[in-house]
Amino acid sequence: MTRKPFILRNPSILVVLAVLAAFTLVVTALSAAYGNGVIPTSTVKVLGKTLCLALAAVAMDLVWGYLGILSLGQMAFFALGGYLIGQWLMYARTEGIVAASLAQNPIPPTAQELQEGVANQIFGVVGSADLPLVWSFAHSLPLQLLLVVAVPGLLALVFGWLAFRSRVNGVYLSILTQAMTLALALWLFQNDSGFRGNNGLSGLQNIPGLDAVDQATLSVWFLWASALALALAYVLAAWVVSGKFGSVVRAIRDDETRVRFLGYPVEGFKLAVFTLAAMITAIAGALYYPQAGIINPAELMPIASIYLAVWVAIGGRGRLYGAIIGAVVVSLLSSWFTGGRAPAIRLPGYTVNWVDWWQVALGISFVLVTLFAPKGIAGLFDWLAGALPPQRHGRDLGPDQGALQEGEAKA
Amino acid sequence: MIRPLIVLLLTLLSALPASANPALEAVIARNLDQIEKPSRRTVEPLVAEIAATGPEGLALLSAWANRSLGVSDNGRLLIVEGDSATDAVTGQPVPGADLTMLRPNSGVRGVIDSALVAGEISSPDPARRASALASIARDGTAAHLAALRGAPPEADPTLAQQRERATNLLAIRFDTDPAARVAAINGLAGDVGLDFRAALNPLLATTRIAAPAEPQANIVRELTVGDSDFPKEAAIALLTTQGVLQPRLTPADQRNALAANIVNGTVSGIPVADLSDPAARDRAYEALEAAGTVPPAATDAEADAALAANRFFETYAEPNPDVTDAARAAQVRAQVRLAAMTGIDLGLDALSLASIYFLAAIGLAITFGVMRVINMAHGEFIMMGAYTGYVVQTLIPNRTLSLVAALPLAFVVTFGAGVILYRLVIRHLARRPLETLLATFGVSIALQQLAKNIFGTQARPLTAPAWLEGAITINDVISISSIRVAIFVLALLFLGLFLFIMKRTRLGLEVRAVTQNPGMAASMGINPDRIAMMTFGLGSGIAGIAGVAIGLFAQVTSELGQQYIVQSFMTVVVGGVGNIWGTLAGAGLIGILSKVIESFNPSNTLAAQTFMILFIIIFIQFRPRGIIPQRGRAAEA
Repeated sequence: MTRKPFILRNPSILVVLAVLAAFTLVVTALSAAYGNGVIPTSTVKVLGKTLCLALAAVAMDLVWGYLGILSLGQMAFFALGGYLIGQWLMYARTEGIVAASLAQNPIPPTAQELQEGVANQIFGVVGSADLPLVWSFAHSLPLQLLLVVAVPGLLALVFGWLAFRSRVNGVYLSILTQAMTLALALWLFQNDSGFRGNNGLSGLQNIPGLDAVDQATLSVWFLWASALALALAYVLAAWVVSGKFGSVVRAIRDDETRVRFLGYPVEGFKLAVFTLAAMITAIAGALYYPQAGIINPAELMPIASIYLAVWVAIGGRGRLYGAIIGAVVVSLLSSWFTGGRAPAIRLPGYTVNWVDWWQVALGISFVLVTLFAPKGIAGLFDWLAGALPPQRHGRDLGPDQGALQEGEAKA
Repeated sequence: MIRPLIVLLLTLLSALPASANPALEAVIARNLDQIEKPSRRTVEPLVAEIAATGPEGLALLSAWANRSLGVSDNGRLLIVEGDSATDAVTGQPVPGADLTMLRPNSGVRGVIDSALVAGEISSPDPARRASALASIARDGTAAHLAALRGAPPEADPTLAQQRERATNLLAIRFDTDPAARVAAINGLAGDVGLDFRAALNPLLATTRIAAPAEPQANIVRELTVGDSDFPKEAAIALLTTQGVLQPRLTPADQRNALAANIVNGTVSGIPVADLSDPAARDRAYEALEAAGTVPPAATDAEADAALAANRFFETYAEPNPDVTDAARAAQVRAQVRLAAMTGIDLGLDALSLASIYFLAAIGLAITFGVMRVINMAHGEFIMMGAYTGYVVQTLIPNRTLSLVAALPLAFVVTFGAGVILYRLVIRHLARRPLETLLATFGVSIALQQLAKNIFGTQARPLTAPAWLEGAITINDVISISSIRVAIFVLALLFLGLFLFIMKRTRLGLEVRAVTQNPGMAASMGINPDRIAMMTFGLGSGIAGIAGVAIGLFAQVTSELGQQYIVQSFMTVVVGGVGNIWGTLAGAGLIGILSKVIESFNPSNTLAAQTFMILFIIIFIQFRPRGIIPQRGRAAEA
């Protein structure tokens, strides 16, 4: 029996890639740098950042929707990626500034003087003048790019190995991942951790060596890069969850014990997916923060990771495109409502100001989605396509608490 | 310093009936010129003489020290108070006197103050003796030491003890006889008071000196160059500050010297562009040195020679070795006792932190144990309790009464909220813990924003009643605030209440049955749904009470719950679910460990929290189900 090609087994890939390409083209054509400027540069940046968040959501969906681990520490990898690329951005840019100011001296600076000047400039705010050990590779873009995937990957590998080995799962694992990101955030908040404490890294929107390129053009370039990364990651994720590997991964989600008894190395599968997702998330972060311009430890607080889970849940977990839809819709809606541009609703006696009430509406709608539409927005597509739930004739789907339950399968 | 004392004196003395004092009269008559122009060196016997004449003499002295003493044209001394003046000897008011105010300098006033305090020490009134001692303890002088030693024996045992202590402390600082100082130090041995340690510190202050031979000084030890606490750089720096060695060339000096000698774009023939290389800079500088343009800098060879020619000593500023030995021994003893007391203080802190975590986590543990769901809105129930306390306080002004009313009311409010949450959300997500976690998170962000909309973003005060303010202080080191003691008591109460409900009531029996095996419990006629609702309400209610307790010492904001929720999760996870003793053990472990880690580096609480969480992550490796894991079939479900 011949198998259908990979793309044909996953028609959603083509749709997503086409939509993404069309979106990128339209934004480019309307941007200030390459088009008629209908979309201002700040909006282009917001759209580019949203694509990065969608990328992180795809990774979250891999971990949660397919592997069944509700990781509440996913944004730690995101911020780590941002910090690691930020190190190079900040170092290289400061080096340029310091070199220019030292060139005013009659005597050209030595390499050591230059480094001391850079360290003084970067760490003056936290009362230090030495370059910490963790900045050893900050002068080199290729090394730092390597670290962007290596460090979060390694962290996920070690953490995952420790957690999966001792069979921590379910709610315990969620709490543990939350503890991980909190620990990392608290560590970064210290002034002597080598990452400028709560000042974080700033000025990341200026790319060293590209001083001649204005922000309008840069923002479009980053949009392209984010769209490309999202497209590649989507294909990769779709490939991972299809085929035999994907089947085992989903089986682990539905009944881990049963898969273990069938002889599969459950821990290995979990580790592989968890680490891959961490790396994808880190890349998303590395693309996000140069567009945001600043990163500080508050980005690692557990709440950010929980919001990521909220996006995936509203979009529809277990569907890769659902994650993208959720991240894009909810994060854009959030910034629209909290930006103060949404019209207030005037009720008799009280004016509902969306800046104040959006969080309440989001929280309530999230509860409603969890209760009544566990498949999220992506469930709409299933319904449109007429996809029917499998006929189980009332049989049990498995005893595990994380499993798709009978009622849900019929929904 | 002594001013309040003097004011007291004045008010007391001005009430005395006016009576002539011939002795005082005579002393003044003999020494009027010296009273008008006193000298610090010679005034002491005169002051003593005046003080000996009785209350009028003391009043005169205090007025003199206060610069409110004047001398009239006819040679009478007058005490001026506001606009009126009274005769210093007779106490009669003198209206419209034409007088010159006396302005003794600070040295003279010091002598007078000492004499006054010395007089006070022998005063028949114990309260005045006590305040005199307190004023000496605050700011003692060598004169006080003499006064204390010369004073008649003290009858009151407490005051006698205080006086002996003050005498010893002053003797350590001012006594000229080394033997007496050693005796004073030994007399206070084992004391951990701040003042004793402060008195010892100057005795043990050391300086480092370099000398070719052993100097005539009280030497602590000879330093060896290259030791971990005395590296070669420190030795060279010491030699440089003593002027034995030329300062060595710093890179900045070198650069400036080179920059000053640029000729046609080169420095001694080396192009400026090449000077980004340190080796090229050295070559250029040596060339300048050879040409005599720049002063020669100290070379390594010179530094080594100077190091070899000198020995390095650490010396005490205090010359007498007996005194420093005694002080060293006393300091070591004080430090040992101090360490023990710090340990006790740390234990108290840890206990109070543990009881806070226990209160915050107990509700979470109950719901998690029975239903296997994590309630992310638990932190918001804590917040709700704190805000309930705030609202009650705005309605009932009496703080004690409002606290008494707030505790049950917070329980009722959060119990209701918990039951509503259970009926509307959690019941429909039964046995899907991850989804429950997310749904309750939705509730959590909605409640947080709601609180912000109602109460605003600024912190609201929840003030403790007066009897809960302040701290229980045992000595300089050990102290604990009353609120924390109250929270500890509250935690104990809840432990007792919870044990009672679980072990002695019908509800507790049913809860335990449902926890162990819901299916079996249901077939025995227990309604698991109702039990789950009741436990959820109970857990939420306890969160509300914890909120009132936490609100008493923390800021009541909409983020209050967030600060405790992660720690509460940790407590539950570390302790193990479904068992109150597990929660207690978890809270105890986390509380003690946080404080212990924090004590290593008190300035950096962030690092302490980081290590704490890392520890928990590692701990879970070895006890994945907590300290007291649930056993049996229920654990598998």
